[in-house]
Amino acid sequence: MSAREFAKDQPDSFAFSAENEETIKAIIAKYPDGKQASAVIPLLDLAQRQNDNWIPVKAMEAIAERLDMAKIRVMEVATFYTMFNLAPVGKYFLQACTTTPCWLRGSDQVMKCVHDKLGLHGHYETTDDGMFTLLEVECLGACVNAPILQVNDDFYEDLDYEKTAELLDALKRGEAPPVGSLAGRNKSESSAGATTLAQMRPAAGED
Amino acid sequence: MPKLTVNGIEVEVQPGATVLQACEEAGFEIPRFCYHERLSIAGNCRMCMVEIKPGPPKPTASCAFPAGDNMEVFTDSEMVKKARHGVMEFLLINHPLDCPICDQGGECDLQDQAMAYGHHSSRYDENKRAVTNKNMGPLIETIMTRCIHCTRCVRFSTEVAGVDQMGLLNRGGEVEITTYLESALDSELSANVIDLCPVGALTSKPYAFTARSWELRKTESVDVMDAVGSNIRVDARGGEVMRVLPRLNEDVNEEWISDKTRFACDGLKRQRLDKPYVRGVDGKLAPASWDDAFAAIATKAKGLSGEKIAAIVGDLADAESMFALKQLMGALGASSIDCRQDGAKLDASCRAGYLFNSTIAGIEDADALLIVGSNPRWEAAVLNARIRKRWLAGNFPIGMVGAPVSASYDYDQLGAGPETLSQIADGSHAFAKVLDAAARPMIIVGQGALARADGAAVLATARAIAEKFGMIQPASSDAEGNEVPTWNGFNVLHTAASRVGGLDMGFVPGDGGRDTAGILEGAAKGEIELLYLLGTDEVATSGIGDKAFVIYQGHHGDQGAHHADVVLPGAAYTEKDGLYVNTEGRVQMGFRAVFPPGEAREDWKIVRALSDHLGHGLGYNTLGELRSALIATHPSFAELDEAPTAEWGAFGVSGEMSGDAFASPIENFYMTDPISRMSATMAECTETFVNAKAGRTGTEG
Amino acid sequence: MLKDEDRIFTNLYGWQDWGLEGARKRGDWSTTKDILSKTPEDIVDAVKASGLRGRGGAGFPTGLKWSFMPKEPGDQPVYLVVNADESEPGTCKDREIIRHDPHKLVEGCLIAGYAMRATAAYIYIRGEFYNEARHLQAAIDQAYEAGLIGKNASGSGYDFDVILHRGAGAYICGEETALLESLEGKKGQPRLKPPFPAGCGLYGRPTTVNNVESIAVVGEIMRRGPEWFASFGRDKNQGTKLFCISGHVNNPCNVEEEMGIPLKELIERHAGGVTGGWDNLLAVIPGGSSVPVLTKEICDDVLMDFDALRDARSGLGTAAVIVMDKSTDIVKAIARLAHFYQHESCGQCTPCREGTGWMNRVMQRMVTGDADISEIDALEQVTKQVEGHTICALGDAAAWPIQGLIRHFRPEMERRINERQAGAPSAQAAE
Repeated sequence: MSAREFAKDQPDSFAFSAENEETIKAIIAKYPDGKQASAVIPLLDLAQRQNDNWIPVKAMEAIAERLDMAKIRVMEVATFYTMFNLAPVGKYFLQACTTTPCWLRGSDQVMKCVHDKLGLHGHYETTDDGMFTLLEVECLGACVNAPILQVNDDFYEDLDYEKTAELLDALKRGEAPPVGSLAGRNKSESSAGATTLAQMRPAAGED
Repeated sequence: MPKLTVNGIEVEVQPGATVLQACEEAGFEIPRFCYHERLSIAGNCRMCMVEIKPGPPKPTASCAFPAGDNMEVFTDSEMVKKARHGVMEFLLINHPLDCPICDQGGECDLQDQAMAYGHHSSRYDENKRAVTNKNMGPLIETIMTRCIHCTRCVRFSTEVAGVDQMGLLNRGGEVEITTYLESALDSELSANVIDLCPVGALTSKPYAFTARSWELRKTESVDVMDAVGSNIRVDARGGEVMRVLPRLNEDVNEEWISDKTRFACDGLKRQRLDKPYVRGVDGKLAPASWDDAFAAIATKAKGLSGEKIAAIVGDLADAESMFALKQLMGALGASSIDCRQDGAKLDASCRAGYLFNSTIAGIEDADALLIVGSNPRWEAAVLNARIRKRWLAGNFPIGMVGAPVSASYDYDQLGAGPETLSQIADGSHAFAKVLDAAARPMIIVGQGALARADGAAVLATARAIAEKFGMIQPASSDAEGNEVPTWNGFNVLHTAASRVGGLDMGFVPGDGGRDTAGILEGAAKGEIELLYLLGTDEVATSGIGDKAFVIYQGHHGDQGAHHADVVLPGAAYTEKDGLYVNTEGRVQMGFRAVFPPGEAREDWKIVRALSDHLGHGLGYNTLGELRSALIATHPSFAELDEAPTAEWGAFGVSGEMSGDAFASPIENFYMTDPISRMSATMAECTETFVNAKAGRTGTEG
Repeated sequence: MLKDEDRIFTNLYGWQDWGLEGARKRGDWSTTKDILSKTPEDIVDAVKASGLRGRGGAGFPTGLKWSFMPKEPGDQPVYLVVNADESEPGTCKDREIIRHDPHKLVEGCLIAGYAMRATAAYIYIRGEFYNEARHLQAAIDQAYEAGLIGKNASGSGYDFDVILHRGAGAYICGEETALLESLEGKKGQPRLKPPFPAGCGLYGRPTTVNNVESIAVVGEIMRRGPEWFASFGRDKNQGTKLFCISGHVNNPCNVEEEMGIPLKELIERHAGGVTGGWDNLLAVIPGGSSVPVLTKEICDDVLMDFDALRDARSGLGTAAVIVMDKSTDIVKAIARLAHFYQHESCGQCTPCREGTGWMNRVMQRMVTGDADISEIDALEQVTKQVEGHTICALGDAAAWPIQGLIRHFRPEMERRINERQAGAPSAQAAE
């Protein structure tokens, strides 16, 4: 495990898009007057979404200016929270959970599959074509659907080696497979059929 | 007031006191790294843990826990011992064992506490963490692998210095202290983080690897780089001053010093005057013996009437040598003497008219502030920290008349010069309402408002403001009969360490005498034929030409010495005992840490020796006798370490004020006097903090 | 087994509409105005009477917690903060509430907020729950639009805002004061206590931080009555509860069950049993990664509630049951948790910052047996030096799994070390 590093190549400037400027106003309005610093995480997230999934230093400075915060405080926040990428990542940012509940259900196989198919090991490694970046992450909070691979914002669940391979292939083809369990179950009910709430299940065909 | 016991000893503490403070009250030392009484409480090092009953069966961080009634605190129980040993072990697992090559060695909190609470060997068998060093500028050396993440430096820079540039990046075992993008920490107080760092992570760059603390001779003294009179400790080895550190004085500098106070000392080793010089027939200064130098002066002075003789003292002079010079001048019949080389129109006749009457600590009692023609951050960095401290406490409106400055607090820019001041004085300016509403308002008048032709009128206007807005209040009692102490909110902020002492002893023109401008003018015209400069380096003597015979007594070959006919090598402040009176009027005693170089001598002795050659032998042969004479004529010099209460009176001269804006007298904080101008460290700071910002490079002009 | 009609989270599996219409069909928002016509004290008393204990892990009585809030807060704001930073390994129950039953949470915020005289609720959701946050934001928007929250919420005359705030990847923000720091725009470093949030919380104002599940059940408690809720489970361990059953079971799942259900029954009835059968069970972590592991012998008859698991020297925690069968490398399973805690330590205080790293490094060697027998004791001592010495409970959470491992599986640790010292290749080298 090593600390995340800032991208060596940093853009000279950063400006929020006009649309995001509107969003920023709405975000800041969520917090009491004078407490606009609360918006720092949402704004970093916004900057990251605008900037191909990573945050340049200039964006931190723009946010500091915008929220009347010291630049170092914004940088502290950006480096503390692991969802903020400080350097470019691939088009598909793969975050594989390997914490114990996922590991018990075979996250090693997910990691192996990503390695076999993409040659990636884990710590922000990116494929040469810039399509995929892999990061081994801690518990994603979907443990009864383990193992999980997060692709950008979406969780793909109930994976094994083969399903991971199919998922990666689909992504390579530019497809976006339906998010959620890839093992055919709806959500987090027992895969053998829910043991409770049977009357809430929609009738066949209604699903 | 909560009453509790610490190890069975009963103590009563102020409400709001912490358990740690209660333990200290009871006489038990509590080890700590992150806790610092002048900083906010972080509670992160966990070294100060104690056992508290009643409470959960685990130790409590005493620095952050409020002392409560009937608590039983134990600082030496088995639980506490285990906790301290545990924390110490954790601190050491990733701390390098490089004490032999660490500058902090010998004065390291971690080293000391490891002796008391550490294991004799390590159980930690894994690889240690290594952290890359960070650039923090020319003053602070970083060896970040040693950092224990107490965050004292972050809290100091944010809270006291007011520069939000340091932080703790990342998280967990990867946290790293840094300045933003490794920029130099842009504060005149930056190097205090070196003192605050409990380990060797932040150390002094200029002092790096030059000495070990136990080799140094430590002399307690007083700083002369500004008029604050910061209490310092001068550490020397042999004849060399190795470093300057702050000393605690709650009333003056708390425990901070400015970077100039700390680091200008390398200037003591360059361009020193170490032998007398006399200008020869070829027009060049040549080394001479003391006797020859004195003889040259005596020849020139012979038969010269007093009105053709003058003296100006510089900013770093000690009171005793000024007094000796004043007496010598008096004996020669000369009344053209001045201690205001910048031409400030200060009025020596009323002491309250030139003191920082509120006192530095008193800033904390004020509730509104008007700054006139001053940039406290550069003119008195440590005093400025007190203004910030008061401002942080809230409800402290600050108005500024003069050039806008980069302050460490928010202020209202009211205007640029006298016009605004007049509006405040006549009540037409909005800030007048602020002052009116304040119970204890204060004004700070800087030399930028006084060292100008209309300075006396500005001073009179400032006095009018002080009187009009209730800045001068006698002791009284409030509605409930509580005593309200006197309040004097009128303050002159000086920049010269010698200035108040000079004014106190009347080192100003006597009857018919000339002031600085008059002396220089007279010298240029040949009306003054003998000019004595005691460390006077801030006036232009080049225009005097050949008309006057100039004696320069001082320690550096700076501006004053260049145009002198005789140079008498004196002692710098670290090389002599002497009294200094700070901007508050507080008399403080400095002590000699090393001897002056070569043939240089303590200044009062030079004046005393010269007096014999001039046939006006002064009547004292020891510094003690000289001080007695000084105190006999000016009793205020006897009141050591006290801030005086000066009687209010009339001062200043009402009159027209010009439309010119006030400008701070300091263009570069890092170079204000002969010592700091010779300092390589200050030159580096100038490059980093002043030129870089002004867009200048060192190669220009 | 709990009957379906006694289940609160009837859309747990997301089969029905999660929006306002669907929520109304399930009874949400049906009597909100009536509930708000009671006094705040009445609601606090009802929640006290229901026996509800905090569902976020610590199990502090919820009604009692609310009663710490000031009775006369004046003009200044008072806050309810909902902890939706669900990050405890094994735990994924709040996610289901947020994405399938968000209106239960929004309505709960209003009722709980009213009971503690709060002016607004901030819901802090972990950043990775991006899609879940979209559901919740949509539900909040629907509620505003329908006048259920906002000015004159639900026609009660009471003004109340609900604001969603996304985090950005930090387990520690599940600690309530770290969450508040994060919400204020800082690093998620826990605060020193005292002061406690009820006196000085968000923006320095009185604040109560509650778990999603604790808040989401409040509506049903008020509608069906505290006695109904209290009728489930044992004394001081009442109510229904969401359980997350993960790991080596045939059918991992989330399920709402009666508090105090036997662990074995929970696993066998709902999760299809342990893979390879009950006798193939090695160990169970019963309440999320922070609680000590239990051996099969204990699992045979332990009940799933706060007090029973405390008596078994573990804890109910978040009721996230992580099951491990006999194929499990138990040392590696716990070592992975040690890695987790090292990764998630905020780095603020010494014992956690340094201790989690130390424990993890030793644990990784314990996996391969590259250690000395004496290091097991040293490791246990290190866990004790961390436990109880940190600013927040993450230190304890990092220490307990390892203590549980040493307590129950010391022979396995010794076996590896002895084999390694006898010359056997390390487990990793063998792979």
